[in-house]
Amino acid sequence: MNKPIAGAPDGEAWDTGAGSLGEVDRYTAVGKSPERVDAMKLALGKGTYADDVALEGMLHLKLLWSPHAHARIVSIDTREAEKEPGVRCILHHGNVARIPYTTAGQGHPEPSPYDTFIFDRKVRFVGDRVACVAADSPEAAARAVAKIKVAYEVLPAVLDPRQALLPGAPVIHDEPEATGLPGFDKARNIAAAMEVDHGDVDAAFARADLVLERAYSVPYQAHCALEPHSAVTWLDEDDRLVVRVATQVPFHSRRILARILEVPVQRIRVVKPRIGGGFGGKQEILLEDLPALVTLRTRRPARLVLTRAEEIVSSRLRHPQLLRWKSGVMKDGRLVAQELEVLANTGAYGAHALTVQTCTAGKTLPLYRAEAYRFLMKTVYTNLPVAGAFRGYGGPQGFVALESHMDELAGMLGMDPVEFRRRNVVGPGDENALAQALGEGKEGPPQRFRSCAMQECIDRGMAAIDWARRPTLPRTGTVRRGMGMSCLMHGSGIPGVDMGSARVKLNEDGSFNLHVGATDIGTGSDTILSQIAAETLAVPVGKIVIYSSDTDHTPFDTGAYASSTTYITGVSVKKACEGVRRQLEDAAAEMWRHGGDPCDRAALVVKDGAVCRPDGQRLSYADICLSTFYTHDQHQIMDHGSHMSFECPPPFAAHFAEVEVDTETGGVKVLKYVAATDCGVAIHPKSCEGQTEGGCVQAMGYALSEDLTFDAAGRTLTDGFRHYKQFSSLDLPEFQTILVPSFEPSGPYGAKSVSEIPADGPGPTLLNAIADAIGIRIRELPITPEKVRRAWLAKQAEEARS
Amino acid sequence: MKIELKVNGKDVAWDCAPHEFLTEALRRHGLLGTKRGCESGDCGACSVLLDGEEVPSCLVLAAQAAGHEVTTSEGLGDFAAPHPLQQAFVDHTAIQCGFCTPGMVIAAKALLDVEPRPSEHAVRECLAGHPCRCTGYVKPIQAVLAVAATNAGGEAR
Repeated sequence: MNKPIAGAPDGEAWDTGAGSLGEVDRYTAVGKSPERVDAMKLALGKGTYADDVALEGMLHLKLLWSPHAHARIVSIDTREAEKEPGVRCILHHGNVARIPYTTAGQGHPEPSPYDTFIFDRKVRFVGDRVACVAADSPEAAARAVAKIKVAYEVLPAVLDPRQALLPGAPVIHDEPEATGLPGFDKARNIAAAMEVDHGDVDAAFARADLVLERAYSVPYQAHCALEPHSAVTWLDEDDRLVVRVATQVPFHSRRILARILEVPVQRIRVVKPRIGGGFGGKQEILLEDLPALVTLRTRRPARLVLTRAEEIVSSRLRHPQLLRWKSGVMKDGRLVAQELEVLANTGAYGAHALTVQTCTAGKTLPLYRAEAYRFLMKTVYTNLPVAGAFRGYGGPQGFVALESHMDELAGMLGMDPVEFRRRNVVGPGDENALAQALGEGKEGPPQRFRSCAMQECIDRGMAAIDWARRPTLPRTGTVRRGMGMSCLMHGSGIPGVDMGSARVKLNEDGSFNLHVGATDIGTGSDTILSQIAAETLAVPVGKIVIYSSDTDHTPFDTGAYASSTTYITGVSVKKACEGVRRQLEDAAAEMWRHGGDPCDRAALVVKDGAVCRPDGQRLSYADICLSTFYTHDQHQIMDHGSHMSFECPPPFAAHFAEVEVDTETGGVKVLKYVAATDCGVAIHPKSCEGQTEGGCVQAMGYALSEDLTFDAAGRTLTDGFRHYKQFSSLDLPEFQTILVPSFEPSGPYGAKSVSEIPADGPGPTLLNAIADAIGIRIRELPITPEKVRRAWLAKQAEEARS
Repeated sequence: MKIELKVNGKDVAWDCAPHEFLTEALRRHGLLGTKRGCESGDCGACSVLLDGEEVPSCLVLAAQAAGHEVTTSEGLGDFAAPHPLQQAFVDHTAIQCGFCTPGMVIAAKALLDVEPRPSEHAVRECLAGHPCRCTGYVKPIQAVLAVAATNAGGEAR
């Protein structure tokens, strides 16, 4: 059970082997919650974000966005705009190279269609790029944008993914250059498609005692990172292009910029400063191409920062999906067949169109054991804003369907919903049935669940919410109460794809520089990776000086996405530090030998910042460094490590909620929320709590209040915080996070991921709690008061008739 | 136009355009703790104290601050002596990306100055204009309450 699955490629295998929770008590840096390494400068308000530099002669960029959902650009006249004082450069499709690419910040080759150009002859949604002005001031740029004259040939638009598939629907990507993976069919507006059967699905359904089939619908969601997308570019003293950008993927940004700007990679330096939140929205090469082009053309620094309205309309959103879930179950409560069909809307461009939807299946279908599984998926283009990566990456959509369905199945069987799940949920040693079929645009490595504390998550969550109270909650009168729950799993990195690396060197005060490509976007990874280094080198966290995400000065990392940084980059840090530790021991042994007092090299250990001999003699790292710098056996003690994993151990979670539903207003109030999560060993428990609290509250908005609406012409009506309602501190329920420990043998010090799984839970958990409170099964997010009230009135009318 | 005001305890005379918002004037003078999150008064990332009261500086013209006293997050503390609220946000892991933090700290300062021992609900109300997509508010609320708990009843700090 504690070995990787047979057949997994082991060339890159790395495993702590027989690790167990018992060793966690001996950790000195891991499992604690030290002050985060960047917290104080952020609390003080130091200027550390992308837009916190003001350079001499910097140009300010403003964009002209498409007013039409679908149109061909007949002509662009910039003559009047160019006369505006201070205008230095205007970019549009007529003067920018036409190179197809995807804005999705993914590994090479990206599994997203190449359907995007810096500027195109066509616009495909209200908010698409038309032109860009660079001027001495933002005001001058805005005045010039207003003076650009564009003639459009307006084309019929399609806003509904079902209609986009119909014969005769407007073809959104009719350009010959657009290409995609197998399944991509631009003539039918299909950005990605997949069909997977595992086992004999039809036979399993035929054998089932009961078959249930239901449809669900989930909407767009806006990321609302408080820092908008921002980029500042300039040419350095060596005439190289420097790109300071709010990104989750600096190395992908450099690679993709090099291709679309036709500049060699070696001429580009991408720097990630502190980032004001990403949530997937910054896993995108969304805007840095424009200031970079302006800088290359004008040789002046350039700055582009999106407004909040631009951020909501023209950046990226969570994919809306229509889901159909069908399951076959035996009377004793044993699941035998699971089938999921997804129709997703990617909007005008197909960033992450395939992989978000394969994750919808990959996180949900294998959670429960069955004899056979089927997954049918199409992601279609429409003339609406563009979907992309968003925390959970398809999981929050899929779990709405799966975990609503599990409650309904339990109801049909007359079983307790918790007991029904317990009977079917996977456990340690089970295979992930769909791991191979649902790889990242190719076959994935096989997977077996090793660390899995799902049953304990359920136990502890039930106790915390006092599930036994559920039958006694008030379910008469105007205001009614209910409880719901859901079981969840996610992943840790993309197996066989994600790679992180680290470099460590010793300084003469016994401190270490740690350089990582990993991208801390507010997740705390700089702190967590420092803890892993401190643990391995036996020093306090304060002795680690971390520097991250600068393509000139740090080694490679795929970036901050797919819940990968702790699990993947964390091991690269551990490997690098283990190398440094060996070098420290070698150097100490040589110092003792040189001094005429040789020791047993094999008996040396590191402790409290020193190499120690069994006889009690010790050499501090500072003394070793001074000696190796200046005196004897001179060399720099340093090492590096890289890591990629063919395994993807899921974190598991059980979420519980108690809600109050006002049947007269339709309002839903979340009273209490409990998230019990098995993320392996929590490297920084307070940060794991913070990820859980933040991820859940974000998804409570998705479930209850966040409602992006469009008019019939495809214009976004809710393009500001005033209209697009996130959860606030007043909406926050009583919240309890429970970290349920397990030890993941393939992770650094037993850790797996924690950052995305919280987003999977609130949708289904709240739907189930509402169903429990008022006896109405809503199968659509967001659960607005209007929907609840309408459903309530319909139920009253039906009961009156019968 | 030239405006005279007091910023973080110092008298300053700034050249400003008549239409320049206070956020821009502060940032132009290196006070980068004042963030731009929405520029419509909906996010609180640009909050400053104007004569001790929290205002969204993106809705206040710089000229309107003439003759008044402005306090930004930089005016509350520094590395050598952080404000107790800044220290509490650090100690409670109440900071993730940190973009909302200076605004929250300003809001909490404004609250504690008039209500040294606020209820949890009062703290939630004080932070309600500060959407934070990272923390879920749990730890920021704890941080503010922790500072309040050290305040003697009724004594403003």
